[in-house]
Amino acid sequence: MENAAALREVLGDITIIKPAGTGTKFPLPLTGEARGARKLQTALAMTSITEKDAPPKILGAVSADISRTERWEHFKCRVGGFRNSYIVEPGLYAFGEPDANAAVLVSANYKLSFDYLRQELRGLNAWILVLDTKGINVWCAAGKGTFGTEELIARIGASKLYSVVKHRRLMLPQLGAVGMNAAEIRRRTGFRVSFGPVRAADVPAYISAGYKKTPGMATVRFGMRDRLVLTPMELNPAMKKYYPWFAAGVLLLFGLQREGILFADAWNGALPFLLLGLVAVISGALLTPVLLPYIPFRSFALKGLLAGFITVFLATLLPVISDSQDDTLLRAATFLFFPAASSYIALQFTGSTTYTGMSGVKRELRIGVPLYILAAALSLLLLLAYKLDEWGVL
Amino acid sequence: MKYLANVATLEYDLEKCTGCGRCVEVCPHGVFVMEDKRARITDRDRCMECGACALNCEYGAIGVDSGVGCAAAIITGLLTGSEPTCGCDGDGNGGSSSCC
Repeated sequence: MENAAALREVLGDITIIKPAGTGTKFPLPLTGEARGARKLQTALAMTSITEKDAPPKILGAVSADISRTERWEHFKCRVGGFRNSYIVEPGLYAFGEPDANAAVLVSANYKLSFDYLRQELRGLNAWILVLDTKGINVWCAAGKGTFGTEELIARIGASKLYSVVKHRRLMLPQLGAVGMNAAEIRRRTGFRVSFGPVRAADVPAYISAGYKKTPGMATVRFGMRDRLVLTPMELNPAMKKYYPWFAAGVLLLFGLQREGILFADAWNGALPFLLLGLVAVISGALLTPVLLPYIPFRSFALKGLLAGFITVFLATLLPVISDSQDDTLLRAATFLFFPAASSYIALQFTGSTTYTGMSGVKRELRIGVPLYILAAALSLLLLLAYKLDEWGVL
Repeated sequence: MKYLANVATLEYDLEKCTGCGRCVEVCPHGVFVMEDKRARITDRDRCMECGACALNCEYGAIGVDSGVGCAAAIITGLLTGSEPTCGCDGDGNGGSSSCC
């Protein structure tokens, strides 16, 4: 009877009344309030009642409206860590006024994904089945397996979808196919999967055409706007992970004198290189992604390297930086290190594109990583040589 | 835009194809197209190795080496001697790279 005790604990102050005619082992509580409804759902999930007794679980009704607050939240998702806990509760939602014949669309529980879908459905009536992807968007979650076959099957069962709709058809976003085995889903649930268009905006047209899509609806694009919105999440990690270490190292190097660490020397000496560091980050994390198709070479490392050389060269023409370039050792280190840094940062962008693949990235790394290490080591040697020269040792 | 040439691990066996069309339905880059009731590869270099086609071909006609493809994950894998991994635990936490 441990289930009954747990049930009582969860239900708290809700009076347990056994509805007539259910004949189950555990009494079903009655409720009329939202808070009670939540507890009811938890309670139902914990009880072993027969399926035909259980009502379907519908978490709520949603519309196509996106509030100003939500638009601000969407912006925050694009620029920082706000995205990490921006979720909706997984389960079944009603969009508009769906009935038993309405389409079932499947989405991820990253609220941005959910909002991007529902804002395109104005005028339709549909069910939206939200899977627990731990707050990750469809395509990434599909790659990880969370927008996957097992989760979909579990969610269909948990929401009692089969008692909500008469048909047995699901529409999945095309990019979810990476994690969804349509044949297996059919075998185990009876539901036929149709992989709808890539973009939510094409869903109404897809439905009107009878679940048919044009090749254009099935192709992923990667235009400038698509690339631009990804750049904050390239700039952010580069500045948080790499730049502080770089800055500390450079300040220390220039500050280190025979007498000890001198702050004035540190700042004056390091400033040009702190700026060049920023240039390398902007070159690799912003310029290369945004100008991607316009930069020669298919290799991201080479694109980043070329962009790095050009931007670093232009930066060395600025008065604040040009004096530091009079020393040959520093100039050599500059043109060795910063373009390489830009190249490495640009190579990281492969993790965010829609068209690079693991095999290609592996090849880039196989060639690139030894070269990056070499460039870093040589730059360090040049800086040490500069330092020893400054101290009159060399 | 296309990535590097001749690196994709995509494999396709025409003999096993039954013309169900799933590969055409799921590929985000139009690598497959239906021709004479069978699938045909248009351009191997467009393949990003996402694996959607191989997963959805019930007849075993397609194979591809798909895995986490971002540089940070591959480097992490090399350093820890394991398969490429982001290092984030799937809860949306801990992902130090932007690819999650």
